[in-house]
Amino acid sequence: MSKFNILYHEMVPEHILVPAEEEEEVLKALNLSKNQLPKIRKSDPVIKSLEKITGDIEPGRIIKIVRKSRTSGIATIYRMVIGE
Amino acid sequence: MKTGVSKGISEIKFGLLSPDEIRRMSAVKVITPDTYDDDGYPIEKGLMDPAMGVIEPGLKCKTCGGKVDQCPGHFGNIELAMPVLHIGFIKEIYSILGSTCSNCGRIKLTEDRIKEYKKKIEEVKNKLHEIDYDDIVSDAESEAGDVVICPHCHFENKKISLDKPTTFREEGKKLTPKEIRERFEKIPNDDLILMGLDPAVARPEWMILTVFPVPPVNVRPTITLETGERSEDDLTHKLVDVIRINQRLRENRDQGSPQLIIEDLWDLLQYHITTYFDNQTPGTPPARHRSGRSLKTLVQRLKGKEGRFRSNLSGKRVNFSARTVISPEPFLSINQVGVPVKAARELTVTETVTENNTERMKEMIGRGPGNEDSAVYYPGVNYVYRKDGSRIKVSDKNSKDVADKIEVGWQVERQLQDGDIVLFNRQPSLHRMSMMAHEVKVLPFRTFRFNLAVCTPYNADFDGDEMNLHVLQSQEARAEAEILMKVQENFLSPRFGGPIMGAIHDHITAAFLLTYKNPMIPIDLGIHIMSYIDIKEVPPIVEFEGKKYFAGRDIFSTILPEHVNIEFKGKMNDKILDPEGTEGIVRIEDSKLVNGAIDENAIGQSKGVLLDYVIRKYGNAVGAKFLNDLTRLAAGIISYIGFSTGIDDEDVPHEAKAQLREVGRESVTKVEKLIENYRNGLIGPEPGKTLEDTLESMIMKVLSQAREKSSEIASHYLGMENSTVIMARSGARANMMNLAQMAGIIGQQSIRGQRQHRGYTNRTLPHFKKDDIGAYARGFVTSSYKEGLNPTEYFFHATGGREGLVDTAVRTSRSGYMQRRLINALEDLKVSEEKRVLDTENSVIQLVYGEDGTDPSRSYAGESIDVEFLVKETFKKKYGGGKK
Ligand SMILES: [Mg+2]
Ligand SMILES: [Zn+2]
Ligand SMILES: [Zn+2]
Repeated sequence: MSKFNILYHEMVPEHILVPAEEEEEVLKALNLSKNQLPKIRKSDPVIKSLEKITGDIEPGRIIKIVRKSRTSGIATIYRMVIGE
Repeated sequence: MKTGVSKGISEIKFGLLSPDEIRRMSAVKVITPDTYDDDGYPIEKGLMDPAMGVIEPGLKCKTCGGKVDQCPGHFGNIELAMPVLHIGFIKEIYSILGSTCSNCGRIKLTEDRIKEYKKKIEEVKNKLHEIDYDDIVSDAESEAGDVVICPHCHFENKKISLDKPTTFREEGKKLTPKEIRERFEKIPNDDLILMGLDPAVARPEWMILTVFPVPPVNVRPTITLETGERSEDDLTHKLVDVIRINQRLRENRDQGSPQLIIEDLWDLLQYHITTYFDNQTPGTPPARHRSGRSLKTLVQRLKGKEGRFRSNLSGKRVNFSARTVISPEPFLSINQVGVPVKAARELTVTETVTENNTERMKEMIGRGPGNEDSAVYYPGVNYVYRKDGSRIKVSDKNSKDVADKIEVGWQVERQLQDGDIVLFNRQPSLHRMSMMAHEVKVLPFRTFRFNLAVCTPYNADFDGDEMNLHVLQSQEARAEAEILMKVQENFLSPRFGGPIMGAIHDHITAAFLLTYKNPMIPIDLGIHIMSYIDIKEVPPIVEFEGKKYFAGRDIFSTILPEHVNIEFKGKMNDKILDPEGTEGIVRIEDSKLVNGAIDENAIGQSKGVLLDYVIRKYGNAVGAKFLNDLTRLAAGIISYIGFSTGIDDEDVPHEAKAQLREVGRESVTKVEKLIENYRNGLIGPEPGKTLEDTLESMIMKVLSQAREKSSEIASHYLGMENSTVIMARSGARANMMNLAQMAGIIGQQSIRGQRQHRGYTNRTLPHFKKDDIGAYARGFVTSSYKEGLNPTEYFFHATGGREGLVDTAVRTSRSGYMQRRLINALEDLKVSEEKRVLDTENSVIQLVYGEDGTDPSRSYAGESIDVEFLVKETFKKKYGGGKK
């Protein structure tokens, strides 16, 4: 493993683990069920890096991603962690 | 919201038909090669045995009792006297023969290797690997194929070869299908998985036919010609051959005929069965019909452009559509399409008779179906449907009777009439504007016609292009098309958020001629031109030397909507071209053009500032009217003023010619000087470049300057009295560079951005000395198009031109494929009412459409709102006036 943390790279948008107790609130605001969210693999390098900070991230958790957007300036999206 | 789970296909499994299964599904054992007897009845146990289904209406199936539309058809079977190879499995048979032991039937791999392969396959099934099962199989088979001594029984296997198409040999000795079948029978089920077969549904010996399935008659119907003659399907012909030879083979075998005769017949049977499956097998002469036409057998039915897949499954044909050549018609609105009478009489709209429209319907039915030649077009009726759905064909004879009979609730198939909404389309349909809704205008002659502004979205021209038209059949479809697809609703392109339609070519020239230097238009001419459009008031009359005139800009102002106040830069905005600033700055005050010439920057497609302003401020309908009026006005002006161009437009005075020649000569000597300096080592490399690259870029710079200079000279001597210059300056067509190339110097011909350098050893052409890297030797053209090129120049010009052609050919095919993939990936995504992009499972693709929820075709050049416009408009409203 390299010491380089990809989360600090300027090309990698900000990934935040949504606290388990806030999940319901987030989904309610979006008016979506968890399964409708876009997915992100547990094996994704970003999740692996994130796990070094937050500890193990189980499939089913929600990740909040804040990134630059050409059309709206800043866009916030959510992804659900899946296995593999 | 319901989130239904959509079902996906996780796996498709193919199996082989076993001989038992073929017998089980067979409704009849076919033994006679004949079809019908002399009385026309199908022969029992013949190829048309009624047990295989019915094709004649009224008759019932012997097997299932169903009528024509109920019986699915049933297979029959033929017991083959000798086994025959299935041509579709030759490759599989070959690899299985090669990888198994001819003595014990095991795959020629050690138990350890078998275990390893099986483990790998198991892992693939559990999706632990990215590799395909097929790849493992081909690995295993090729590994086993190289083994000679069987690891199980230590038998020494011989090399097997394939004589295409169907003869297998073992060290020269022919292997009969029977022998191959016997070998395959010995292969244990457990080894089959390594050969890609699932023993539950596919044993290898089933690839060698012993029983032959005869397809149902539905698949190969008899055709009765008008003469009463019957004609059999190609497949039936082939089956006749199979049965005949099979019979003879059986007889000879049973009589104990010489091996040679039996082998010949066996090969013949193999040939017939091979061509039954695929009549284009390489190495096999195609079976032919008596007429010499080759038969269309199973593979030919499916394969290629005319095959089942591309022609019948992917390619759908529809009713209520028409296709013909297109031509221009500037007197049509951009929302209209001219439909020829012949097509209008054929295309229909179904209307239901109600209390309110009975009279109108009666009148239309009374007219009958009409004919093409009638001087005036009135829509007639082709068919009328009673309430029970039964159809009456309306003819000239019965039209009055039918008209009297109709009742509320009947359906009337009425011919097309002016104002009907239709969809109009030109292929390739690359963007949404390739299919737009138009209002019908029935016109004489044979072509579809439309306003020239609509050429751009369709990418159409009139060099023989054809287009398709679809008549909408339901009220909902018409409403939807009118709101979403009408031409005027597609003014703004979702690609760049600006108007995709606008004035083109002569429209721009005409508007320019009308407004450049504000010409005086004689009053009678002006009135005539304005009679084409619907004007609110006649512009003021200007008197000059006792004659009455209109000012050109005043005539243009008549087509502007009310309260237009705008100022922008036109194409003439240039200190040299327009020193007084009367042409380059376009200023409109309260819908009066007070300054500037109208050109591409005002009304052209995608960059017309004025057009964009009108559409955004007044909406699509006003925008459409503006463009309609503009095209009519333009047609009037240009036909009355007259506009033409000829080769003498490229004539330049003698002094200009001398200057141009000097520019050419000068740059050639400059290049020579550079090369001399380079040879003498006086040039040093630029950073990051080799010495040669440095020289090359210096030369290129000199030569491109030559072209610029020639362009300058040409522009200087060719003024605004020149038609070609008018077109270039107004943005109607071409640019000053094209002009300079015609009148002055064509310039450097390049390939991939480099000077011409490929060809013979150390030179481009034998006309030059070796190692000559001078201007002429590397494709610099000092001639003009008008003078003509010398042979070497001509050659370089052709090579440069070819690069362009190749590029476009490559680009179109690649971008076409890319587009197809994109469409397939995105076609069933939808935007929900919450502006969310969802797929068919209602999973989110994008939380907000485009992340800003903006429809790009309603955007301002991609931005959600045009702040500047809003601020200006609000300011004006609050403080009034348009000045400053
Ligand atoms: Mg064309
Ligand atoms: Zn049947
Ligand atoms: Zn063996």
